[in-house]
Amino acid sequence: MRPQDLAVLRPEGLFCPPGDFLIDPLRPAARAVITHGHSDHARPGHDEVICTEATAAIMQARLGERAAGRFSTLRYGEKVRIGEVDVTLVPAGHVLGSAQVLLEWRGLRIVFSGDYKRDADPTCAPFEPVRCHVFITEATFGLPVFRRPPPGDELEKLRLSMARAPERWHVVGAYALGKAQRLVAEIRAAGDDRAIAMHGAAIKICELYQNFGAKLGALEPASAESTKSSAPGLVICPPSALQDRWSQKFGDAVRGMASGWMQIKGRARQRNVELPLILSDHADWPALQQTILDTGAEEIWITHGQEDALMRWCDLRGLFARPLNLHGYEGEEAE
Amino acid sequence: MKDFSNLLENLLCQPARNGKLALLVDYLNRTPDPDRGYSLAALCGDLVLDEVKPGLLRALIEERADPILFRLSYDFVGDLSETIALMWEPGEAAEPPGLAQIVESMRAMSKAEARRRLPGWLDTLDGTGRWALLKLVTGALRVGVSTGLAKQALSQWSGVAQTEIEEVWHGFAPPYLPLFAWLSGAAARPSACDALCFHSPMLAHPIDDADFERLEPGDFKAEWKWDGIRVQLKGRSGAGARLFSRSGDDISAAFPELVASSGEGLDLLPLPASGERAGVRGGGVSPDVVRKASGVHGHPLVFAGGLDGELVALEPGKTGLEAVASFSTLQQRLNRKTISAAMLARIPVAIIAYDLLFAADASGENWTDVRPLPFLERRRLLEQAVAKADDPRLLLSPLLSFEHWDALAAQRAVSAEHPSVEGVMLKRKASPYIAGRPKGEWFKWKRDAHLLDCVVMYAQRGHGKRASLYSDYTFGLWSGDALLPVGKAYFGFTDAELAQLDRFVRQNTVQKFGPVREVVHASDNGLVLEIAFEGVQVSPRHKSGYAMRFPRINRIRRDKRPAEADQLEALAKLAR
Repeated sequence: MRPQDLAVLRPEGLFCPPGDFLIDPLRPAARAVITHGHSDHARPGHDEVICTEATAAIMQARLGERAAGRFSTLRYGEKVRIGEVDVTLVPAGHVLGSAQVLLEWRGLRIVFSGDYKRDADPTCAPFEPVRCHVFITEATFGLPVFRRPPPGDELEKLRLSMARAPERWHVVGAYALGKAQRLVAEIRAAGDDRAIAMHGAAIKICELYQNFGAKLGALEPASAESTKSSAPGLVICPPSALQDRWSQKFGDAVRGMASGWMQIKGRARQRNVELPLILSDHADWPALQQTILDTGAEEIWITHGQEDALMRWCDLRGLFARPLNLHGYEGEEAE
Repeated sequence: MKDFSNLLENLLCQPARNGKLALLVDYLNRTPDPDRGYSLAALCGDLVLDEVKPGLLRALIEERADPILFRLSYDFVGDLSETIALMWEPGEAAEPPGLAQIVESMRAMSKAEARRRLPGWLDTLDGTGRWALLKLVTGALRVGVSTGLAKQALSQWSGVAQTEIEEVWHGFAPPYLPLFAWLSGAAARPSACDALCFHSPMLAHPIDDADFERLEPGDFKAEWKWDGIRVQLKGRSGAGARLFSRSGDDISAAFPELVASSGEGLDLLPLPASGERAGVRGGGVSPDVVRKASGVHGHPLVFAGGLDGELVALEPGKTGLEAVASFSTLQQRLNRKTISAAMLARIPVAIIAYDLLFAADASGENWTDVRPLPFLERRRLLEQAVAKADDPRLLLSPLLSFEHWDALAAQRAVSAEHPSVEGVMLKRKASPYIAGRPKGEWFKWKRDAHLLDCVVMYAQRGHGKRASLYSDYTFGLWSGDALLPVGKAYFGFTDAELAQLDRFVRQNTVQKFGPVREVVHASDNGLVLEIAFEGVQVSPRHKSGYAMRFPRINRIRRDKRPAEADQLEALAKLAR
């Protein structure tokens, strides 16, 4: 019994032979376990999708009819037998509904992490480390340079900038699923209840988050009317809209971006970001290390991101590691 | 240090000039001496702390981190200081050092001491502080602040006109205490006229077609635009002489045959070991060499006053303006740590004088600031001063006679034949000498750039803002069936064009050599770029034998196949 008998890489994604299903497949599959709702992991057209209730709701909201033939939803920690394999979804702390997938088969335990982070996030359940033999991890921020400041510091930067330039709109780019809602929830948690203008692309997901209990407070559509009628405040939009004509209606705005890449000054300048906010839903370098150690895994498989450095680190720790080179998962690059 | 590092970070992220200006003014408002002076000096590149070299930084991080992890990180980030600042694992909490403490300790430290102290400082600073410290000690701030912008901020902060600041700016060393005392109203304006110090030069605007309609030819004088390096010479009887580059670096030591800078006992002022920023080093000239060099002419150049001119190389054995050699000849005298007697004899230099800032009296000891006088008046005094020096190493830039612009255009066209002339200068007869780039006074009318269609052969990732993009391109010209590299360019394109070029590189890579990618460059497959350049040099380092001067990408020629690009012969012709 070898790990590759339980999980093996195929062109369409990671396949589990004794359970006859794929995890986050890149092409339509008969049966797919989906870790979370981001479009590179949750693709349309599968016959059956197994995921959390929130992930199912997100897929339906974003993909509509094409989302899946049918959904089988699981609660966190609920164990279900698929073929010969016991499958459990465990909180991954990435976005609402995100899960790690624990596979158990003949005493062998493999955890597929999907995307994850260890920071507290008011909009989703916190990551839970699971002991396993093989841990399959992402490595989006798998370089020693990614050691993030506490999220509170970054929110303080935003608060200060808004206090210093109250006559200018603050337009902050944040991924429409997850980052935008987390940003709002963190601002609310810090006691700021002023209305926040939201780009149309994120509004539906915000409502969905609120239905699942997230406290996002007063949100307004960021329309041309709202810019004229109200005093300058905070606008949240997808990163792509920052450089768009769309954002021009806010005049000489302070352009910000909430992303893990903002740690690298060159990246911030490339995007003409005046207010870089280092905020990510992926594990940073210390969190990747901590998580690998927490799982007690003997073997580490790396799905996507900066795998070379994480491989090297595993090497130095005497852990066996191999890259899966799963192209198709974009990590935070797409943001 | 916290305020300074925040300032650097904010400047870096602030794209607008006015935004940067506001940040600087705000900083000057709330920062006391000497920190504000040191910050300003660091931003303008006036603070030379050259004990810390990239090699030392690499050694420091490799003691603490795995070299492979460091290399992977550096490849990703594309900036050494930033990589180390991010990777550095913070030590125990302690009081971080202040800016003045760092600058003053660094100035007093040897290389070995700097190496010992740096880790302790890095341990106590936060991420931004570590980044700022490393940028500071390596002298590569690159946050988009020019000396001009800094002076503008000083002017806005103090309410004193920028031209007034320009006049005294170079008289002081960091942290510029007398300058700040004056600007904050605590002291009278300091005098910088008497010292052998640098004064900001007057600069010209490029002329465009519309200007010719507006300007009256009779109001102007014209001169050749010499292709050497702009210098300022100041000399005083009994006090020696100093030679400055355009940016204010003292380059006396690199030209011992012009200015006796050591061994002759003429110079009463201590010379800083600067000059590196201009790419000119002259620290290692021995008195023997100087004596020999002076021997060529019998004595160093004797000049009293302050003049503005062009340093050029001469063909050995010839004299006068006919002897002026091309810039590539002069270049062999630049960027040198030591200068041999053979080099002094092989490539003699001279100054072509074109303006006078300070006129000396008959004794050579007293000066008059003649900068407020009109150009024609200064010119008359300059002619007298040059005649008085009566030295083949001090030439006078001739005035060109013309009655209308077309006549001048004809002369400019002829100038293209001369290797040491790159166009003509227009100077308003009535213009005072104003530091900086005043509007409407001086114009440069450069020769048009040369253009050739070249084929991209290799690409490399850029640094800083472009670290993730392939933005440096090596290109070649045809020599028979083969393409031979003739230059490298990394600017001249818009962000959108850069994105296109980057995509081309990624999709057409045929081989990788470390950070360099070889891209497809066959006669029927590849990318043609129209390259604009100022001149061509014979270069044994290039396989083609030639290197372009100041090449930049003029246009992307998607409409041309590589086979239609130019031949190497076209470049060889320009090199003559």
